[in-house]
Amino acid sequence: MTVAPEQDPVIRLRGIRTQFGSHVVHDGLDLDVYRGEILGVVGGSGTGKSVLLRAIAGLLRPAEGEIEVLGTNVREAGEAERAALERRWGVMFQDGALFSSLNVRENVEVPMRAVEGLDPALRRAMADLKISMSGLPYLAGDKYPSELSGGMRKRAGLARALALDPEIVFLDEPTAGLDPIGAADFDTLIRQLSDTMGLTVFLVTHDLDTLHAICDRIAVLAEKKVLVTGTMDEMLKVDHPWVHDYFHGPRARAALAAKDAQKEG
Amino acid sequence: MPATVTTDQTDDGSLLRLGGGFSLADLTGLHATLMQAAALGPVTVDLTEVTRLDTAAAWAIAEAEKTAQAAGHSLRLVGATEGAAALIDTVRAALPDPDQQATPAFSLMVWLDGFGRSVAAGGVFLGQLLGILGVFIARLGRSLLHPSEFRLTSLVHHCQEVGLKAVPIVALMAFLIGVVLAFQGAAQLRQFGAEVFVVDLIAVSILRELGILLTAIIVAGRTASAFTAAIGSMKMREEIDAMRTLGIDPATALIVPRVLALLLMLPILGMIANAAGLLGGGLMSWIELGISPALFVSRLVENTGVSHLMVGMIKAPFFAIVIGIVGCHAGMQVGNNAESLGRQTSSAVVTAIFSVIVIDALFSIFFAQVGI
Repeated sequence: MTVAPEQDPVIRLRGIRTQFGSHVVHDGLDLDVYRGEILGVVGGSGTGKSVLLRAIAGLLRPAEGEIEVLGTNVREAGEAERAALERRWGVMFQDGALFSSLNVRENVEVPMRAVEGLDPALRRAMADLKISMSGLPYLAGDKYPSELSGGMRKRAGLARALALDPEIVFLDEPTAGLDPIGAADFDTLIRQLSDTMGLTVFLVTHDLDTLHAICDRIAVLAEKKVLVTGTMDEMLKVDHPWVHDYFHGPRARAALAAKDAQKEG
Repeated sequence: MPATVTTDQTDDGSLLRLGGGFSLADLTGLHATLMQAAALGPVTVDLTEVTRLDTAAAWAIAEAEKTAQAAGHSLRLVGATEGAAALIDTVRAALPDPDQQATPAFSLMVWLDGFGRSVAAGGVFLGQLLGILGVFIARLGRSLLHPSEFRLTSLVHHCQEVGLKAVPIVALMAFLIGVVLAFQGAAQLRQFGAEVFVVDLIAVSILRELGILLTAIIVAGRTASAFTAAIGSMKMREEIDAMRTLGIDPATALIVPRVLALLLMLPILGMIANAAGLLGGGLMSWIELGISPALFVSRLVENTGVSHLMVGMIKAPFFAIVIGIVGCHAGMQVGNNAESLGRQTSSAVVTAIFSVIVIDALFSIFFAQVGI
């Protein structure tokens, strides 16, 4: 079930300018993310994909511009508004960013502790459910992050991001460092969760297979702004040199061939 | 819109009408209501009025369904949207299998098992320390045979880090200890009119015990942790594995220069501490008791045998070896996460200081037995 993107932007960026000292990363960047879609953000190394994600999630403050998430202006929101907003989104960092002193279940329980009147036994059960929904075995809940493989840490990070049933999840390179089978499984998981939970997914990736397999729309970051947005088919027709090279390179062709073979098979 | 649950009793069991948007905060109430109804008899759950169903509510429904089935009746869902039905299906598929639940057993056997393991781990730890000591001696011997393999630059660097940079703190510490001894000794000895014996008190206690012991404790805190942190962070970033693949022996490159630097520097630091301690004691005796520096020196030379200094200094190499070995060993034990680095660093400091004090006690017993 693919949710047709309704024209209802849950994330609205206007005129974003971020800079570190004199190094300008984004300048006049505009982007809309619609409810229920999976948006893939691509761009060369150093074009500020992760910086953009961090700016939207409120981890760094752009020098100029307007960031509106779920109708709240992130830059001007007060503390209470911010806290309410943070419960409506989840962030999965590249290596999971799990708290190393807590086991996986406790990690997933962390955001749930802020919910008043939730029975600890139920909280535990909900954490186990989220762990299981993220494709981890039940017994993984008792393990500590250092005992998990990279792929399992990512899944645990996703389980924590999904702990409060957010409306938006931000995923930073969800399939980086996974083997092709693990990456494909992770793609399927994201698609499935997005469909059943009605999630809007903002994902930063380099993985062309992910873009082909699950993204409804793709946004290309280049020249300090969002150069183009559109579906995969539209991307293939763009004649900007970088975009053309990206989507027509040997790896892109291989990913496309894999996608076609999957459709026929 | 807030979540609502209304319960009605009908001819085919209870009817639960759910309405509004559900979130995690509503779970406790919903779960209790559903479970109670499911245990009693057939249940119909009406989701027509629900605007948002979250995984928590879906889980409560799936759990109630399981309970109802176990009690031999049914749970019927009506009015679920396509999305809600899909979510409940997903949750049902993800329900943890209770057979897999690990049940930790608390019993005497488990406790004995844990106790046995920690005793064995203690033995293994001592074995590993001896192993590092052996490697150090072997590699040092090898370096003597093949001087080109010896890392002189590294040794000098560590001598600076371990020795030179520790001089101010060690000297200040010993000076203050000398002051304290003179002050406390004077207060007691004045009662007998034996103020002048404060010189013997200061000299014997500093030269025999305190100078080298406190220096070793400071060095253990400073250097054992530094060794662990440096080697441990290299271990964490796989630098030690990289060394092995490049044909560099980590023991020669990392352990030998560090332990050797300590071995050379600790006696020197001990001497500096002794001098600073005597200086502090002498100064305080002059101010507090009016014992002039000339008197202090003459009493020191006349009454304090050089054997006291020897007894103190003989311990320095033992302290140095133990501090170095403990620090390097803890560094090698660091795993691939930052947490283990922190744990090993603090355990290295504790182990090093503890070992220094144990060795000092053993020496005291030994010297008392042989009568020095």
